[in-house]
Amino acid sequence: MSEYVLELRGITKTFPGVRALDQVHFQLKPGQIHALMGENGAGKSTFIKIITGVHQPDAGEIYLNGQRVEIKHPRDAQRLGIAAIYQHVTCFPDLSVTENIFMGHERIQPGTKRILWKEMHAQAAALLAELGASFDPKTQMGALSVAQQQIVEIAKALSTNARIIIMDEPTAALTKRESEELYRITEQLRDKGVSVIFITHRFEDMYRLASQVTVFRDSRYIGTWGIDEISREELIMAMVGREITQLYPQKDAKIGEEVLRVEGLGKTGLFADVSFTLHRGEILGLTGLVGAGRSEVCQAIFGIHPYDTGKVYLKGAEVRVKNPLHAMELGIGYLPEDRQMQGLVLPWSIAENITLSAIGKYAKKGWLSRRKEEEAARMLAEKLQVKAKSIFDPVSSLSGGNQQKVVFAKLLTAELDVIILDEPTKGVDVGAKSAIYEMIHDLARQGYGILLVSSEMPEVIGMSDRVVVMREGRVTAILDRDEATQEAILEAAMMKKAPPDLPHKAVSSKTRRLV
Amino acid sequence: MEQRALMSKKEFSLKRFFLQWEWMLVLIFLLVNAINVSLSPYYFNYDSLRDATMTFLDKAFIVLPMVLIMILGEIDISVASTVALSAVIMADLHAKGVPMEAAVVICLLVGTLCGFLNGWLLVRFKELSSVIVTLATMIIYRGIAYMILEDQAAGQFPEWFSFLGWGYVFGIPFILIAFAVCAIAFGLLLHMTTFGRRIYAIGNNPVASRFSGVQVDRIKIIVFTLAGLMAAVTALFLTSRMGSTRPNVAMGYELDVIAMVVLGGISTAGGKGRMIGAVIAVFLIGFLRYGLGLINVPAQVLLVIIGLMLIAAVMVPNLKRKRSAAANVRKEDAGIKEAI
Amino acid sequence: MTEKALKPSTTSANIARFREAGLLGVIIALSIAVQIRNPSFLTVENISDLMTNTAILSILAVGMMLVIVTRGIDLSIGATLALSGMISAQTVGAYPDLHPLLVILLGTLIGVVCGAVLGFLVAKGGVLPIIASLGMMNAYRGLTFMVSGGKWVSAHQMPPSFKEIATGSIWGVNTLIAIAILIYLCFFYFLNHTRTGRQIYAVGSNPESAAISGINNERILWLVYTIMGALSGLCGVLWVSKFASAQGDTAMGYELSVIAACVLGGVSIAGGSGKISGLLLGAILLGILNNALPLINVSPFWQMAIQGAIILLAVLINAVVKRGVERNNLARRKI
Repeated sequence: MSEYVLELRGITKTFPGVRALDQVHFQLKPGQIHALMGENGAGKSTFIKIITGVHQPDAGEIYLNGQRVEIKHPRDAQRLGIAAIYQHVTCFPDLSVTENIFMGHERIQPGTKRILWKEMHAQAAALLAELGASFDPKTQMGALSVAQQQIVEIAKALSTNARIIIMDEPTAALTKRESEELYRITEQLRDKGVSVIFITHRFEDMYRLASQVTVFRDSRYIGTWGIDEISREELIMAMVGREITQLYPQKDAKIGEEVLRVEGLGKTGLFADVSFTLHRGEILGLTGLVGAGRSEVCQAIFGIHPYDTGKVYLKGAEVRVKNPLHAMELGIGYLPEDRQMQGLVLPWSIAENITLSAIGKYAKKGWLSRRKEEEAARMLAEKLQVKAKSIFDPVSSLSGGNQQKVVFAKLLTAELDVIILDEPTKGVDVGAKSAIYEMIHDLARQGYGILLVSSEMPEVIGMSDRVVVMREGRVTAILDRDEATQEAILEAAMMKKAPPDLPHKAVSSKTRRLV
Repeated sequence: MEQRALMSKKEFSLKRFFLQWEWMLVLIFLLVNAINVSLSPYYFNYDSLRDATMTFLDKAFIVLPMVLIMILGEIDISVASTVALSAVIMADLHAKGVPMEAAVVICLLVGTLCGFLNGWLLVRFKELSSVIVTLATMIIYRGIAYMILEDQAAGQFPEWFSFLGWGYVFGIPFILIAFAVCAIAFGLLLHMTTFGRRIYAIGNNPVASRFSGVQVDRIKIIVFTLAGLMAAVTALFLTSRMGSTRPNVAMGYELDVIAMVVLGGISTAGGKGRMIGAVIAVFLIGFLRYGLGLINVPAQVLLVIIGLMLIAAVMVPNLKRKRSAAANVRKEDAGIKEAI
Repeated sequence: MTEKALKPSTTSANIARFREAGLLGVIIALSIAVQIRNPSFLTVENISDLMTNTAILSILAVGMMLVIVTRGIDLSIGATLALSGMISAQTVGAYPDLHPLLVILLGTLIGVVCGAVLGFLVAKGGVLPIIASLGMMNAYRGLTFMVSGGKWVSAHQMPPSFKEIATGSIWGVNTLIAIAILIYLCFFYFLNHTRTGRQIYAVGSNPESAAISGINNERILWLVYTIMGALSGLCGVLWVSKFASAQGDTAMGYELSVIAACVLGGVSIAGGSGKISGLLLGAILLGILNNALPLINVSPFWQMAIQGAIILLAVLINAVVKRGVERNNLARRKI
């Protein structure tokens, strides 16, 4: 018998054009909570998918209790006692909690094949009670909160007698209190001898729960440490792998007059009381944990989902943005978070994508001039150094970094004052990252006001002149460049209440009552 | 950093040019004609071919906006009912003494309004699919037509009105000229204007289109309204040719129209296809019908053939896609999932 | 433990209950209103008439519900019904001694074949249900005309034993009603107490998760369209027996009434939800409307428009209520 319940050796996985995992190791002891950390794109998601049988590794071995196994299908993983709880719960919203728990392994009367509802409801109720949940197993899944749905997923894992449970950023969408609840349940599982792989971005989670931590970076295994063997700084170094500043160019743009001011912006259930200002040539970082409401604020400013309360001033004048087209006409541009779903028309060529936002500029009374269009597209594509054979290549054939350059080029077709960049380096490799940072600085130098939304701490610190931190829909801190340390940002991102000394306090009290 | 100039000339590939679905259609079209000629000695005759176009071109007017709708990734099955409603209102008003000129204008207005209502419902209630919205209005529009005329027919239009369906200009049927003008207009709209470009954008990726400042809602309403208007145009030509109208007129047209569009290479998933394909498909099915009619193949057999052709046209690209699906899934996984 | 965070919200369960109560309320109110206008409405005779007329609609609605639950739609059922009815009628015309049960079996089999073909196109061919069923609607309708050669099969060509399928009774209950009740009981059991039945909902609720849970989505889709075909085939025989005539255009457009019954009965067009109990109420409400409108002197030519308006209204109300719930859920979140 091996000392590990689960051991992975030399796992490698390549997707066309991307090496997702490169010779990765992992060892899990029985009854252990093992944190897995790493930046976005470090390969954590692919790693889980290999353990749960969604993907097959190109090379490497998986051992379960010392025995070599192959996991070819999610069903194999279930049979072997491995269960995963994903960040975005994958459930059947129209079915009851009981059914969600027992989907795929319903209790059936042997002869008649009748579903034994009473038995299943009772077992489900027992499982939920064990986890300390008080809702009725007959409740419809879609009516539960995300936290409750996660508990159902855990109950589902227990119902299959899972001995290894993988949790993929389970606290990302939870409130503080809900997270506490999840910690308690996770510890309870551990005490019963279940091994847990806990993937997280939050140091708080790790220190609270894990006894060991493994770090991946750039698809590689970096190391495994006992939780008290490694300091926070060393851990950050391991995750980021470089001095935080070296990747970021020297900031030399002149900060000019105010170009955007947001006062007491609020939208029911999503964010409230958000205020900040942005100047020409300034890069304003906007950060916070996933689910803090950053993207929602930006999309409200850009006119995708209108805000309920508050005011937006552009170059000193109040504006009420009606829709994205209106926003761009006013001078606000937005680079969306999800490049492939929100930013690009994937089957289209580079040229067609670049010109889509401002297609009217290349037309006379609605009649397209392809010559004008292609000329402009070529100029922008060359300026941003998009690597491709011709501007007629479909963007789906480009790498992540080059696709992102095309989305940047789209912004440059319009005449803007404010550019909102929502996670501009997400899923982009390190080389392309520095090119994108250079581009952002270039934009700042040209006098654009830049709002940089990012969850990558080093990026926020390395790039921003000032940093706005949000937590659960509210601004908890606005930090100057020299105040914006890792610790200060983390504290503001996870702290309970907004500090009393925030600016725009006068405006905010009114909106607070409304929420 | 190396800086290569990007080519701004499209590479012309003869192979790719001839591998387009439209050439396939042309081939089938020629084949249909060849079979028709060999089956019936009466088929290949300029006068009769010319007159045959008059019998199938009425519904072709709806094919044009339906191409736009299906490129948007939507569908409209209420068009036949819109034809019936606008025709019935026109005929009924005329029978009640309204001058024909005014009745014609009202017919066009009614159709436009029906189409606008479809689009408005779709945009206002985004959770509803176009299938269910137009299914409901399909019943309502036809139902209102029945309320107005019950089981009666209305007709006896002035002499000039029959010109629409029966008239010739320089020896060419008026309806053919009208269709050609409309087809060119719609073709230009789809392929040469910013409006058309935005339609393709929405069909490919509605979310990215919205983020790029494309006014998705407005375009949807305009396109559905156009469909209503063209349905009313069909109503004019159909009524003119038949001389009278009933509430059950144009029954099943939506199917014919959708079959022509799908056969014309417009993807049911949206975002792909060209106007020319649908126009070829109109003539393909029209001549097929005419030729088989000449050798006394009953209309019912045609029904079967068109139904099967519709399915075959959808199936062929689907099967092709399925074969390369495995590779695509991996690619997407690498691209999208890893990005997160 | 914090009760607040984990307190169940049962809003959507309430909505389902509210919908059924609402439907029942509408049915009762409508019945009373019609009764006041025309006292012959609530008589044994009229009610039995009403139920007999609604039987076929309600049977078809069961099949349509399964299809809609899997996010599909089937517009070919009117044509399948006509084809099965025509072939059955011709068969009994040729062999008058055939046992009625065998005829029913024959009709059902024809329906199974029709449904299986459509199911194949949707499940394996990946054709959109609306396109596939539109195409097959044409094909089956054309086949019906071809089989019949454009002629009718009329009452005098059918033996009395065949016509008695619809007019006879079992234990004092009209056969059509009895068959409908039997089918409702069977499907209630099938949908709520068997694994396959629940898998239908799972596939409609979240196809991706269903596949990960080891459900064979293609098999379920195929099954659902085949069941729909079987029920249409059965109804073909019942229809022809009831009206004692088989025509090429039998049940033309009837699929719309069936879809209306489903939508009224709370079957969500987005898939994943729909209950037999709600469906029954929906079918009955539609049956009452069809029966009552002539009784209160509404022109039969108004029926179609009224039916359409009701479908639209039902769908819109669903959408508005759902939005309200979502807004409330958001507002409940504390920031």
